[in-house]
Amino acid sequence: MINKFYNNLIVQSIFLMSILIIMGLFIPNWLVFVITKAIAYGLVALGIVTLMRGGLVSFGQGFVFAIGGYTAGLLGTQAGLTDAILLLFISFLFTGFVGLIIGPLLARYRDIFFAMLSLAFSMVLYGVLIKIDAIGGSDGFVLPESTYFGILPSTEYADYMLYLVSIILSGIVSILLRYYYNSTPGLIALAVRENELRVEYLGASAFTVTVLNFTIAAGLGGMGGALNGIALGHIDPEFSYWTTSGEFVFISILAGYLSVPAVFLAALLLELVRSFSGRYFPDTWQLILGVFLILSIIYIPTGIGSFFKKFMDKLNKKKNK
Amino acid sequence: MTNANYILRAEGINKSFGAVTAANDININIQSGEKVSLIGSNGAGKTTFMNMVTGYLKPDTGSIIFENKDITQLNPRQITQKGISRSFQIPQIFEPMTAWENLLVALGTSKKKHSYFKSAKSQENADYIDEILNRFALNEFAHRQVSELPGGVRKLLDIAMALVRKPKILLLDEPTSGVGSEEKYPLMDTIAKALSGENLTVIFVEHDMDIVQNYSDRIIAFYSGSVIADGNSKEVLSDSKVQEYVTGKTKLKAN
Amino acid sequence: MFDEILTIFLDGAIYASWLFIVAVGLTFVFGVLKILNIAHGGIYALGAYSAATIVPIFYTLGLPEEFVIIAMLFSALAVAIVITPIMERGLLRRFYGQDEVLIVLVTYAIYLVLEDVQKLIWGMKSFYVSEPREILGGVEMGSLYYVGYDLALIGLAIFCGLTLWLTLNKTRSGKIVLAVIHNPEISGCMGVNINKVYLAAFFVGAFLAALAGSFTAPLISVQVGISVAVVIESFAVVIIGGLGSIPGAVIGALIIGMARAACVHKFPEAEIFIMYFCMAGMLIFRPKGLFQGAQARKI
Repeated sequence: MINKFYNNLIVQSIFLMSILIIMGLFIPNWLVFVITKAIAYGLVALGIVTLMRGGLVSFGQGFVFAIGGYTAGLLGTQAGLTDAILLLFISFLFTGFVGLIIGPLLARYRDIFFAMLSLAFSMVLYGVLIKIDAIGGSDGFVLPESTYFGILPSTEYADYMLYLVSIILSGIVSILLRYYYNSTPGLIALAVRENELRVEYLGASAFTVTVLNFTIAAGLGGMGGALNGIALGHIDPEFSYWTTSGEFVFISILAGYLSVPAVFLAALLLELVRSFSGRYFPDTWQLILGVFLILSIIYIPTGIGSFFKKFMDKLNKKKNK
Repeated sequence: MTNANYILRAEGINKSFGAVTAANDININIQSGEKVSLIGSNGAGKTTFMNMVTGYLKPDTGSIIFENKDITQLNPRQITQKGISRSFQIPQIFEPMTAWENLLVALGTSKKKHSYFKSAKSQENADYIDEILNRFALNEFAHRQVSELPGGVRKLLDIAMALVRKPKILLLDEPTSGVGSEEKYPLMDTIAKALSGENLTVIFVEHDMDIVQNYSDRIIAFYSGSVIADGNSKEVLSDSKVQEYVTGKTKLKAN
Repeated sequence: MFDEILTIFLDGAIYASWLFIVAVGLTFVFGVLKILNIAHGGIYALGAYSAATIVPIFYTLGLPEEFVIIAMLFSALAVAIVITPIMERGLLRRFYGQDEVLIVLVTYAIYLVLEDVQKLIWGMKSFYVSEPREILGGVEMGSLYYVGYDLALIGLAIFCGLTLWLTLNKTRSGKIVLAVIHNPEISGCMGVNINKVYLAAFFVGAFLAALAGSFTAPLISVQVGISVAVVIESFAVVIIGGLGSIPGAVIGALIIGMARAACVHKFPEAEIFIMYFCMAGMLIFRPKGLFQGAQARKI
C-alpha cells in the first residue's frame, strides 16, 4: 500500500512535469519567466514549510536566498562557472552547510524569537552586502549567461532551458520532501510542533529535528536564490532584505504545510499578482499584495494545501470503496 | 540487601522553590518490579519528586541513582533513553493526530536510527502499534483524532505512549484523575492489565485510597516535602501521621 | 577628545530619544495585545506626513510660531484616531489568541498597504518642513553647537516614558491595564472590559508612533520609504530590551543610540549593521532581552 503510494506519487509527478515542460514550449515567454521565478520562490517557501512542520517560521530566509544567489553569481563571474545545474546544486550544498553551522545557534529559540533572530541574521547580511563595493554594493552585479552541459542556448531558448531545469528540479525536490515528511523523523517534526516537551519525554531530540529542518530549509533557500539570480541575470542585496523574506513567509502561509505542490501554486499566485499589478497598477502593488495577504489569512487560514489534502483524501476514499 | 540491588535510589534530595520546601531530605530506594504508589495532599511533593526523577527539575542537593548510575544531572530525554518513562496528569498527546499516529511518533522516538526515505507507516510498525492498542483496549479509537477522545481514553493513550519504548521504570502521574468515579476502576484495571507480564517497576501518584490499596504493593506517603511513611499498605495506612495528614484530608475531599 | 565624547554622547542621546518614542509604543502594544506590530513603522510615516501637511498650513494661517508644536501634536493625534479603529477594531481583533507569527504577518500586510496609502495620498514627492526646528534656537557648548529642538527631543522622550510608566503604575486605569497584561482571562472574568483595554492600548501605541513621526518631520525629508528603517530599528530596540518592557525600551534605545553614534564618529563603515549586531548578540546571549521574565510581563 505504501509502495503503491510512492509509485503513484512518482508517476503523477513525472506526468505533471511532462505536461509543464511541453506547455512551456507554447506559452508566452513572460509566463515562462514568471513560472521559473515562482519555482525559485516556491523552493525557498518549501524550506519555510519544512520548518513550519516543526513549529517554526523563519522571517529571515532572505539570508540564505541571498547567500545562494551570491554564491551562484560569484562562481559565475569570478570562477567562470556558468553551468546552471551545477550552480544550483553547489548553492544548495553551500547554503545547506551554512544552515548546518547556524542551525544549532538558532534551534534553541521558538516562536517570535526564532522569527526575529533569523530576521536579524538576514539584515546583518544585507548591511554587509550593500557595503562591499567589490561585489557591486547596493547595485549588485550581473550574472554571466548560463550554459547547460557546456552548451549556451540561443537567446530565444535561454528562458525555456532554465524553465525546463527548474521544473525538473522542483519535481525532484517535491518527491524527496514528501519522502522526508512521511518518514519517521518527518513525523517526529510534526510532533515537535504540537508538544515539544512530550517529544523530549519520549526520548527524541527536538533540537536535532529543528537543526535538520533548518539545514534543509537553508539548502532550499540557497537553491531558490541561485535560481532567482540566474533567472533575473542579476543579483543585489535586496535578496536579503526583510520584505523579500516577508514574501517567502507569505507564500508558505498561503500554502499551508500540508501539501508540497500547494507551495508552488501559492508562489505562482504571488508572482502572477506581482506581474499583473506591476503592469496595471505599478504604484499600488504593495497595497494589492497586502490586501491579498490579509484576505488569504482570514479566509484560508490553513492554506490552500488543506484543499489539496481534502481533495486527495476524498479521492483515496473513493478508490478504496 | 545492598544498595546495588535497588533499581532506583533517591539520596538526600532537597528542593525548594523560594520559601516553599518541596523536598526535604528525601531518601527512597525502589526495587525492580515493585509497584509503588505515592500519596499525600496537593503540594506535598509527590509531583516534584517525579519531576526530579525524570530530569524536569534538578534537586538543590542530593542525587538520583538509576541502575547504579547517577542521573541527577541528565535531561528528560537522556533519562527517558536510559529507561525511565512517564505519563502526565494532563495527558500530553499530540492533539491533531490520531491515536494511531501518536503511537507511531512514540515508536519512532524509541528507535535509534531512522531512514529518511522510508515511510513511518511501515507494516512492521503498524503491527507493533496494533499490538499496543490491543493491550490498552484502544482499537476502536485508533483512527480518531485524539482531541475528540474521552478523558479516560486520552489517559490510556498517554500511558501507552510512555510504554512503547519498553522502559524499566514507568512513572504515572495521577493515572485516574480527571475521569468520572465509575470510570476509575475499569481504567485502573486496564492499566494494570496492560502493564502486567513484564518486570516493570511502576511508581504512581494517586489520591484514591482504594486504588492505592489494590494496585500497589508499597506506599510512600509525603507531607510538606518529607516522606512521613514508607512500607506496605497496611503499615502506611494505619500510621497515625498518615491518617492525620493524608488520608483524613483525602476522605474529606472525597465527601 | 572631550568634545568627541560629548558629541557621541549627545548624538547618541538624541538618536536614542527618537528610538525610544517609537519603540516604547511598539513594546507597549506587544505587552498588552501580544502583537508585534510591523505596521508601527507605517503609522510613524503617516505621523510624519501629516505633520508635513499641517505645518505649512499652520504657517500660512500666520498663528504664533510657538504653537506649531501643538499643531504637530494634533497631527499625531489625528493619525492615531483614524488608524486605531481601522486596524484594531477592523482587522487585528479577528486574530487575537492566534499564533504570534501569523499576527506578525497580518501586521506586515497592513504595513504594505500603508506604504502604498502614503503614496496614494502624498505622491512620490519629498516634503521639507524644517521651520519648527528653528523655534527653540540653539545651544552652544564650547566648540559644539546643538539645535535646541533636537535636544528637546530628549525631553519629549523622557516625558513620554515617565507619563506612560506613571499612568500604568499609579493610576486606576493603569493598574487595570497591568492586570490585563498579567492575565487577560482572569481580568475579563473580574469585569474588566478587555476589548476596551486593547483598543486603548493600541491607541496609545499608535499615538506614540505618529508622535515620533510628526516630531521627526522637521529633521528629515519626508518621503516614500521612511518607515522601513523605523520598523527594523525599533524591533532591534525591543528585542534588546525585552518584548513588552518599558525599562527595556529605555535601555535598548540607549544601547543602540550610543553604539550607533559611536560608530558614526569612529567606524562609519559599521554604522549600518551595528544595530543588527547588538540585536543578534542579545538574542544569542539573552534571547528574551535584558528585562525578561516577570519584569517583561509586568512591563
